[in-house]
This record gives sequence, structure tokens and C-alpha cells, in this order.
Amino acid sequence: MHPAPSVIVFTVLSGLGFGFLAYLGAGLVVPPAGWAAFLVWGLGYGFAVVGLLASVFHLGNPKNAIRAFSQWRTSWLSREGIFSVLTLLILAPVALFEIFGGFPLATLGWPGALLALVTVFCTSMIYAQLKTVPRWNQWLTPVMFMTFALTGGAILSGFNVLSILLCVVLTAVLVAIFNVGDKRLADSGSTMETATGLGKIGKVRLYEGPHTGTNYLMDEMIYVVGRRHAQKLRVIAVAFAAILPALVMLIAPEGSLFGIALALIFHLTGAAAARWLFFAEAEHVVGLYYGAR
Amino acid sequence: MTELPQKTDRKLGLVIDLDICVGCHACVTACKGWNTENYGAPLADMNAYGEDPSGTFLNRIHSYEVQPSGGGCAQTVHFPKSCLHCEDAPCVTVCPTGASYKRAEDGIVLVNEDACMGCGLCAWACPYGAREMDRAAGVMKKCTLCVDRIYNENLPEVDRVPACVRTCPAGARHFGDFADPDSNVSRMVAERGGMDLMPEQGTKPVNKYLPPRPKDRPAAAPLTPIADVKATGVAGFLDRLLEKL
Amino acid sequence: MTYRQPILDTSPKVSDEIRKTTCYMCACRCGINVHMKNGRVAYIEGNRDHPINKGVLCAKGSSGIMQVTAPSRLRHPMKRVGPRGSGEFQEISWDEALELAVSWLKPLRETNPEKMAFFTGRDQSQSLTGFWAQAYGTQNYAAHGGFCSVNMAAGGIYTIGGAFWEFGTPDWDRTKLFVLFGVAEDHDSNPIKMGIGKLKTRGGRVIGVNPIRSGYNAVADDWYGVTPGADGLLILALVHELFKAGKIDLEYLARFTNAPCLVKADAGPENGLLLRDADDKLLVIDKRSGKPVPFDTPGVRPDLGATHQGCRTVFQVMAEKYLDEKYAPEAVAERVGISAERIKGFAAELAHVAFDEAIELDQPWTDFRGDKHDKMIGRPVSFHAMRGISAHSNGFQTARALHMLQVLLGAVECPGGWRMKPPYPKPVEGHPKPHCGVTPGKPLNGPHLGYPLGPEHLALKEDGSPARIDKAFSWENPLSAHGMMHMVISNAHAGDPYKIDTLFLYMANMAWNSSMNTRAVIEMLTDKGEDGEYVIPRIIYSDAYSSEMVAYADLILPDTTYLERHDCISLLDRPIGEADAAADAIRWPVVEPDRNVRGFQSVLIDLGARLGLPGFVNEDGGAKYKDYADYIVSHERRPGVGPLMGFRGNGEGVGRGAPNPDQIKRYIENGAFFLAHMPEDGSYFKPWNKSYQDWAVKIGLFDAPSPYLFSLYSEPMRRFQLAAEGHGDRQPPDHLRDRLKQAMEPLPCWYTPFGDEDAEDYPIHALTQRPMAMYHSWGSQNAWLRQIHGQNPLYLPTGIWEKHGFAEGDWARVSSPHGEIVVPVAHMAGLNPNTVWTWNAIGKRKGAWALEENAPEATKGFLLNHLIHELLPAKGDGLRWSNSDPVTGQAAWFDLRVKIEKAPARHHTEPNLPPIKSPVPEAPKHRRQGEKA
Repeated sequence: MHPAPSVIVFTVLSGLGFGFLAYLGAGLVVPPAGWAAFLVWGLGYGFAVVGLLASVFHLGNPKNAIRAFSQWRTSWLSREGIFSVLTLLILAPVALFEIFGGFPLATLGWPGALLALVTVFCTSMIYAQLKTVPRWNQWLTPVMFMTFALTGGAILSGFNVLSILLCVVLTAVLVAIFNVGDKRLADSGSTMETATGLGKIGKVRLYEGPHTGTNYLMDEMIYVVGRRHAQKLRVIAVAFAAILPALVMLIAPEGSLFGIALALIFHLTGAAAARWLFFAEAEHVVGLYYGAR
Repeated sequence: MTELPQKTDRKLGLVIDLDICVGCHACVTACKGWNTENYGAPLADMNAYGEDPSGTFLNRIHSYEVQPSGGGCAQTVHFPKSCLHCEDAPCVTVCPTGASYKRAEDGIVLVNEDACMGCGLCAWACPYGAREMDRAAGVMKKCTLCVDRIYNENLPEVDRVPACVRTCPAGARHFGDFADPDSNVSRMVAERGGMDLMPEQGTKPVNKYLPPRPKDRPAAAPLTPIADVKATGVAGFLDRLLEKL
Repeated sequence: MTYRQPILDTSPKVSDEIRKTTCYMCACRCGINVHMKNGRVAYIEGNRDHPINKGVLCAKGSSGIMQVTAPSRLRHPMKRVGPRGSGEFQEISWDEALELAVSWLKPLRETNPEKMAFFTGRDQSQSLTGFWAQAYGTQNYAAHGGFCSVNMAAGGIYTIGGAFWEFGTPDWDRTKLFVLFGVAEDHDSNPIKMGIGKLKTRGGRVIGVNPIRSGYNAVADDWYGVTPGADGLLILALVHELFKAGKIDLEYLARFTNAPCLVKADAGPENGLLLRDADDKLLVIDKRSGKPVPFDTPGVRPDLGATHQGCRTVFQVMAEKYLDEKYAPEAVAERVGISAERIKGFAAELAHVAFDEAIELDQPWTDFRGDKHDKMIGRPVSFHAMRGISAHSNGFQTARALHMLQVLLGAVECPGGWRMKPPYPKPVEGHPKPHCGVTPGKPLNGPHLGYPLGPEHLALKEDGSPARIDKAFSWENPLSAHGMMHMVISNAHAGDPYKIDTLFLYMANMAWNSSMNTRAVIEMLTDKGEDGEYVIPRIIYSDAYSSEMVAYADLILPDTTYLERHDCISLLDRPIGEADAAADAIRWPVVEPDRNVRGFQSVLIDLGARLGLPGFVNEDGGAKYKDYADYIVSHERRPGVGPLMGFRGNGEGVGRGAPNPDQIKRYIENGAFFLAHMPEDGSYFKPWNKSYQDWAVKIGLFDAPSPYLFSLYSEPMRRFQLAAEGHGDRQPPDHLRDRLKQAMEPLPCWYTPFGDEDAEDYPIHALTQRPMAMYHSWGSQNAWLRQIHGQNPLYLPTGIWEKHGFAEGDWARVSSPHGEIVVPVAHMAGLNPNTVWTWNAIGKRKGAWALEENAPEATKGFLLNHLIHELLPAKGDGLRWSNSDPVTGQAAWFDLRVKIEKAPARHHTEPNLPPIKSPVPEAPKHRRQGEKA
């Protein structure tokens, strides 16, 4: 799949934002009232909203985006939209209470926190539901999204120990998803032979594509990333998203803003790399028709 | 509305005969010609005369070579592909805006462009590459089964078929109702072993493909000479030959 | 919640109006419905009533809208202002353009008309252009058949009085086995696709004989991946097998062919000619009496096995020739590239279907001898072939061999076989002979092109040298019935046989894909003599589009597109038609041009009037015709017979009748075509069918019944052989004698293609095919079609692919004895192991066709033309032999031999010629056809 910057920014930042909002909503982090609370909540809202806005850049016809709230019965994307807005709305009084009142509003905070995680889950399900992309179509995909959200949230919350623990989990999840993912297309059973129905005759290969130029499908769904390039990026992703932040959190004193910032920068860099790979390595079965798998 | 209808009254779709398709691309441009002037936004051609032309087409022809598992020479198969109007159309259910829908009366899968926000998720959900985002209009385009032809009272009845079917020179494309077991398409599918593409995807495509008939049979037994020319000489051979007259 | 869906208007208005005309996206000429919205073309579909396409339409036809609106359309008449090839032009008015042309053409006509050479490319108005050239008085006129498929035309006409092309058709409703030789995706394209579909749906079978398994060969039930140039040998092996097994339609041969005619055995000037009576009628031995009688004697039973005064029958000569073991499948298998077992199986299948699955129609008919037949016997095997087998230096004989095979099976003009479309059948004797009698200021002494019956019909000067600039109808290629356009520029440049002054070309991309040796041709067009003048001093060119040739002309006469013009697809020319009906058609301007352009035919008529050519001016010297439309309606070639057959006289006349001023209007009302059905008892066995012959006379196809025998044995060819043997007044130059003796063999034969001689260092055959979605070069300007074929790889068979270790994305250096190219490669498994191929005419020159200079056509596309020379490599005999068929001069494109090596990938194919300045404005970036304003 084409690793579009808008979608990478969207999933990374909104995941981080909602992950952090979950900690805030649950009252695990209670910043001092006033500016501090404003900044902390602002950070959570900022990441979440910037992420959501980035997703709009992925739309061909954003004027109809409002309709995306209508199809919650069947569409994970619709659910994601609804839950994200719901989360932001429900947590707003919590944030206001903390900013102006200095105390958490647990009655709304806990449901808000839960909704924030549900939102991240919905985001992950947009991808995990797609049978057409076997690499995504597995339970590790929501696990990976959730782990990222919780890890990022923990780092932003300045929970050193939790961050380190989650970084270890994240390392394991990433290693697992890379390795399991590599086998998913083969395991899906979809081949050029099933795609064309010609398998009864024999082995199928593309002799001439339907067009000599490109098209939307090829640009969007057939992205080929070199194996060695991918291996390098996988190492970078794990190192930056999990190992380096863990090391920072190990060394930095609890609550060190510098430590949080450094760990966050590492983490986001790694998350971006991981997310780039998440898309770039994902093989859409339509590629079988183009002989590109 | 992206819930799929419980059932559709009819199941309209295409049968594509891979034994006959010569890969001429006639259906590709007839489709483009009709649809750029009709349903929804026109179909854009970006960089139309440039380095990297890229246009929206709702139907495309791939060409494959199949190496028979039992040996023998490779076979070339031309393979037209457009929306299969699946019964369990994943492109419909993923749509967040309700733009994608499957018609209850005939099962045609359509995009209501007035509601489409161009997120592309439906194209991601389709295993067949049947949906293409129009890069000028920013909305998703797909085969409409020429819904604006097949019921069109401004067209003579004989022309109320999809443009690709009407134009196909080899007669490799057939349109009909798969819900009716006696329809032309149902009978063809029954007789020729019509098949689904990527059945493992669970989409239950309505369109069916007729497989190529077996090719490259073993050579027929050679003819028997009426006489041995070496023995009879040409004149003697001709006497034997012309006796028949 | 109930299921909701939008309310849809399923009956939107389709268009304001449908205008019916004739397609011209290729030579197939289908009927089209052009849907108009607000005065613009909105949609094009096939016309269901039309005899050719019956409603279907190919990829090109349905993309016509992109051709009519292409940014590459020329806009104004232009005069060259920069050097040739620079693309620097000045727009001028039509008056200035026409006066300039007249100022060049008029003095030439009055002094030396042969200095004007007029050649047309993909034109379909040869009956007018030939008429014009004849009136002008130059012998130097032809269309492009010489580099296309003249072997297929001439091979057919000389053998059976009809040819494949679009002039005949398998009996698709009845045939059971269709055999296709070689690439044939262009002419008659939609009817063949329809036919194959129909046949296969009925359970019939298709056999493909082609080195490449694509297109029609992809749907063939059996594929024979023959080695290029060996088709003729394969056919003769099939003939050998059929002869040996006696699987030959003897009755058919005896009645309808010259197989029972007697071959003169006496040495001397008539040796090998056929025995005739005092009235020059062919004689056969009547089995009833044992006596020689004229072949058309009522009740005659011609004896295939007779001998008479030492003369044997043609049939006996054939038996002796083809029973020879050198044609045995085992003997030819290696050369043909197909195992003996499969060749034998092929022959057996032909015999089985022709004889064991024969069909009978309960349709009585009467033959030309007056003999009545109570039914029609059909051999349901049909054949087709085009350029694949004809574009070789042995293509003429191969085409003849294929016709012989059909005839031996009795499968021509019978139910289930292959049938001709009016105006065919027409014996070779019924065609004109070539003429070259030039008188300054006067018309030529007859039509330029025709079918020589012997050396007396060659176009030679007094000294025996070629009279024509292209050397057509000379000893080098006596039967060059379509001329040899591919030789014109190189001959004119070399001054061999002479220099010319003005080259007048229409719709022929000679500076690119229509020339062999493209780069050298470009140099010839721009070469200057010592006097500083161009060696070819003046070039007038007419085309509708900014083709590569435009930059090399001095005066551009911009043509219209096909929807903006009048045309006629005439029985005098290359009509459409059906096997049981004569048909013709028109084009008419369904939209008016939005540019300062004029239909070329109207311009030619205007020029004719300005030059005062007979036939184009009235007695008072005024223009005889207002424009082409007026000519179509008013011109009479013979009294009562004009370009169009329908609605003549008072509107009821078919074929014959006075001009009818309402004729075009009536055609438009009728869907732009006219169809005249022949009587039911006349629609098979037409060359010998009395009912057909009478009908053909009635509608003016000819003036008296002209039945004839199929020429398995070709007397005209034997006459050329006799000349080569030293008989007769007109004698070939000595260096051509041996070649003529071999090439003019009167019974179909096979010899090694010239390109294969001394080609050990170039072990691979290289071919091109035309994609079904493109036609010649002009598809690339079509925004839809160029997305399908915007570049062309060289396809390599598995063996070569693996031997060189090629991988996807690789490039190769391909060299021939003449040149080299560097191109992208791709793998194809369904390919003869010694053959590589690519799509034809995808490669474009930078700056042409209104494409951006970095268009893939110009950077990744390529032509094989650079590897092909119009002459063969020097043999050390001091002579340069032309790379064409020695019988017809057909360009031997497919004789090409190459070698291949891996080359580093690059950004441009080689050769990479510099860009030419586009004579049309830059194209828009994006397009949205049908954009709602």
C-alpha cells in the first residue's frame, strides 16, 4: 500500500493523542490546574486533532466528510470518526474541570478514557478488517495500534517504569507483526491462480498489463519496498519506537521534561518508521492481477 | 446506505468468456466513452499527453500466460476485469459515508457521488481492483453495470445492455440475471463451469468467468497414404487416386 | 431500520441526435452511430444495421472521440520556413497554399510529368487519387500496399481471383474449422473477431499458425508456433500429406480449376504454357470422349489424369511436385519449427473436417457451363492470412501455396469455406494492366497499377530500365500490383532510375514508422546536392495530424478528421461488403471542422481544376466538381457507373443509373451505407455460378459474365520464367535471370527468405505485430489508447530470456546486419524459441503527435524499422538487392534477423533522435471528456 504521509501522520499522532488522553481521562495523570493542565490536555487534544485533520488530506472530496459519521453500523472508519468526536466531547468537561477546577471528573473521565482506547481500536480495525490486505488482516494489528497508543501515552505521562515495560511489549509486538506479517499473504490462499481462476490449467504469470502507464490502483495499492531497505527500516523502527525511549526512560529521572521530550521524539520517529512500513510492506491482493506479488 | 440488502430481487451481472476474449480492449474504451458522458462525474485523464498518463477506467484487460501443469506450451489468456457486483460486497460495508451501496432491486453496486468523500477505503476493501478514484473529481468511480442504459427508455430495447457487452466484437461478454436459473447467463455458467474470482475472499461475486476450453490437444492420427509412391511411381499413384472419380 | 438507497434516474437522455457514418480509426470501416450533444460529438458506438460490424465496435472505434479532438490536429495550411526537419512553419491561406502547389505542379506537367511522384498511405480513396494522377499524367503513383500486404493481394488474385484482406470471409455461420496463418489483426478486424466468437460458441475450432501466441492466436484451440518465413514450407508439407492420402476434392479440381488443363511439353517459347484452342480458350480432355474440348463446354467432364500429345495435366505436374519426399513432414519439421507428428496431425484434421464433416445445402444452382447441380457441397474448413505470411521475400509464393491448399480441399466459395465479397471474384485477366505511357501535358495512357499477364505488361522504358520511380513492374519485381512506396524516397534520392522534382504524399508517415531504415530516410529527405538544393527538391504533404513526416515537407495541406469529411468506400476501390451482398458506404461531416482545414480529396479536386486536368474541368475550363461530395455523386467511371452504387438515377437504381443529386442524402438516411443482396442461388461458387454472374453484370460489377478457372498453375508466372530462360523480345538483365526462374515458379513453391541467407551471426527472427487497440502510428495521439499501449517492450522467448539471464526491467542491445537499437525487454513463454517481437509503431519521435517530449512513446517506445534496410546486405557481386519479394516487391519486413545482448538500463531507447519542433500548440495537461460545463 502506498505509504501516504497524511495517513502516517493521522494514525501516529491520533494514536498518540488518544493514548495520552486515555491516561488523562483515567486520572492517572493529574496536572496542576491552570496553565499546566491546559498545556497537558492541550497536548493530548493537539495530537489527536492534528492527527484527525491530517486524515482529511487523504480525502478526495472532503466536503462530504461530515457524512462519515453516518455508517457506524458497518463501517469501522465511521465508528472511528464517531468515537473520536465522542471522546473529545466527553473529555472536554474533564479537561475544563482540571484546568479551571484542578480536580479530575472521574464520572466522565473513566468513560472518556475508555472511549479514547476504543477510538484507537476503531482506527486499527479500519486496517485489520481488510481481507484484501492479509498482512493487516490479523489480531496483531489492533494489538500493535493499542500498544503504540499506550506506550506513547505512558511516555508523555512521564511514567518511566510503565514506559519501559510497554516499550518491551512494543518490541515484542513489532517483531511479531513483522514476522507474522511476512507469511500472511501466502497463508491467505490468494494467488494469481485464484485471482484469475486459471489455476486449474497451471501456473499463471502476467504477460501484459492492462495499461503501460500507471493508474490509481497501482499508485495506491502496489508499493514495492526493497527487502534490504525494509530490514533496515524495521531495525530503525524497533530501535527508535521502543528501545531508545526505554533507555531514555531508564536513565532520565522520573518526571524529567527533557527525558520525556527526548523519549517522545525517539518514539515518534520510530512510530513513523513502523507506520511507513505498515503501509509500504502491506501487499494488497489486487497486486496479484498485476503480477506484482 | 452501506448495510447490504438482505436479499436482492435480481442479481444482474456479467459472464465473461475467457475462451473467446481476444484481448482487443473494445470493452475498455466503450465503457470509458459511455461513462465519461453519463453517470456521475466525467472520467478524468491526467497527463493525457504527457510522460505518465493516468486515467480513470472502469474496466480493464489483463493478459496472462498459463503454463499448463501437465506440460505443453504456455497459453495466453486475455482477462477483462471490472466490478463483479459481489453479493457480500466488502466495498459497500466499509464505506463511512453511505455513498457505496448495493441496490436491493437488482444487486448492482453503485457509488452515490453526492455522498462520497473520496477516502478510498472501498477501493482498499475490493480484492479485484474494481474501483478507481477519479483524480480530478476526487470521488470513487466504478462499473455501474450501465444502470443508466439497462433500464433506459430512451434507448431501443436491444441496446439496454451495458456498453461493454454491446460493443464486444467477439461476443465474450454476456449480461443477465443470475437469480433466474433459466437466464442466458445462468445457463452458460452451468454448462461451462463458470467460476468465481478469488472465492477465498468470501465476496461471493455475481459476475462469473467461463474458463478457456482445453487447448493444444494431442496430434490427430496421421492420414493413411493410398499407395506407396516409391513403389507405384507417380503415374501408378495417380491411377489409384483418380480411380475414385 | 429499513434499507434506503438513493433514487436514481435510470432513463437519462442519451443524446440530442444520432448521426450515422463510417469509422476510420483503421481500415475495417465499421458503421458507427455518433451521438451528438449540443453540437459536439459525445459518444460513438457501432451501428447495428451495418453489414461489417453489426453493432459491435473495437477499442479504436470507441475512442474515435479522442481522435476527433486530439491536440495533434493540424490547424492551417503551412509553408516551411526553416530547414527541413526543423519543424519551422509559417501558416498561410488555402489560396496561397494551392497556388504554391500549382506553381510547382503545372510546369512539371507541361514538361516532364514523371518528375512528380504522388503516393498515398492509409488512404481509402485510391479510385480518386489514381484517377487524378492519371489525368495529371505521371506514371509515378501508388498507394502503400507495396510495404503492406501486396503479396497477399497478388497471391490471391493470381490464384483464385480474390484475396483475403477484407475482400473475403470465412463462412462464419457454417465453417467448423478456422485456420489463421500469421498476424492478421488489422484488416477485417471486427468481422474476424465476431466470426471467431461465433464459431467457438458453436463449438467450432480455431487453429493458429503464428510464431507468437497473442490476440487471435490466444483463443486458438491449437497453436503452431511456426518459425517465421517457413509458413510456405509448412503448407506444402500439408499439401504433401493430403496428396499422399488422396484427401483432395478431385471433383472440385476438375470442374473449377486449371488442374485438368494441359501443360505444353514442347521445348521452345511456349514450353510450360497451357494448351488453348484457336479462340485462345483453355482446353481440357473430356472424359466422355477422350478429346480436347474448351474448358467451358457444357456437360464436359474434365479428366485430371489425361495426357495429350505429350502434354500432362496440371494435376499430374502437381502430384509429381508435391509428392516429392522433400515436402514430407519429417523433411521439413526442423526448418518449420513444428514436429512431423504435429504437421501430420494438422493435415489429418484438415482432411477430416473437409471430407468427413462435409455439409450439404439444399440449394440448386447452375454453373457457367449450364450444368445444373441439385445441391451445394460444403467443405467447412476456412482460412485467413494477412501480413504475417506476406511480409517475407517468399511471401507471394507462400500466399499462393495457402490458396492452393484451400482449393485442394475444395474449400473456396463453398458453404462452410472461404468466400469472396463483391466486386470479387474477379479473374486476374479482368484487372487493368499497368500503364506508364507519359506525354507532357496529357493524361497517362491508362491506369497506373494492375496485374501483368506477361513481360509485355511491365512498366519499362525503351532501354528496358524501370519506368517508374519505385521500379514497380520492372524485372526486379514484375508483379508489383500495388507499387512500391517504400522504395520511392531512396530511389529518388539516389536518382535511380531517375531524379524527381516534387514528391506529393498523403497520409504516409515516411519519415518514421512507414519507412525501413528510418534514420537514413530522414537524411535522404534533408540531404542537399552540390547546388545547395534539396536532393528531393519539393515535398507536398497532406495529413490531418502532426505526424513525424510533417517536419520534412515544404508545403502542408491539412486534412480533416474522419468525422468532418466526405468519403466514399466504393466498389471502384476497396469496398466493404459481405459474401452474399455487395456493399458500399460513405462518410459525411457529422461535425464541421473548427480549424482551417479541408478534406484532402476536395483539395485534390480543387488542385485538379486549377491545373486544368481532364476530368476535373468542364469544357469551359471551370471546375467540374465543387468538392469531393459533388464528385462522389456526379462522377461516372463508365456510363451509369459511379463511386456509389446505391440510389442511382431516380433513387431506385442499384449499381447502374444516372447520377442522383440526392444520393448522399439517401445514404445518410440509410445509415451511411448501401447493401445489395445477391440471389440466394448465387451466393456460393460465385466464380462459376451463372446466377451470381448475371447479377454482377446487372449491378455493374462488370459488363459481361466473367467465369474463370482457379489458377493452381499460373501461366503469367510461367511467361516470366520463359523470358528468364531467354524466350521473347523483352528480356530481363542477366543478373536477374536465375532469380526470376526461381521466384516465378508457376506452381506454388518455397524458398529460403533472402533475409535468412548469410544470417548465421544473427540467429533470431524479429517481428512486429499491430496491437488490436492501435492502428499504425496514429493511436498514440489518442489520450485513451495511449494509456493502453504507451510503450513497447521487446518480447523474448523463455530460452533467450534465460540464456542471457534477463530479469524484469532489463534492457537489451539488438543488432541486425544493418543497425542496432537498445530497448527494454520482457518475457513471453508462448513464443517460437527463435523469435522476438514487439508492438508495431508505438515508438514516436520527440515533438511529434503533440505529445510531451518525455512521453513514454518517445523514451521507452521504439521501432524495429531502424534494423531493417530497404536493400539486402552487399553480397560482393557489386549489386544491391532490394529487401523485398522478387515477385511483387512487397517489403520483407518480417525477414529481419537479429542478435541480442544484455545492455545496461537507461532513460532512453536508442537511437534517440533529437526532438522536432511541434507544428501545433502544446496539448492541455489533463482531459475530462464530457465535462459538464
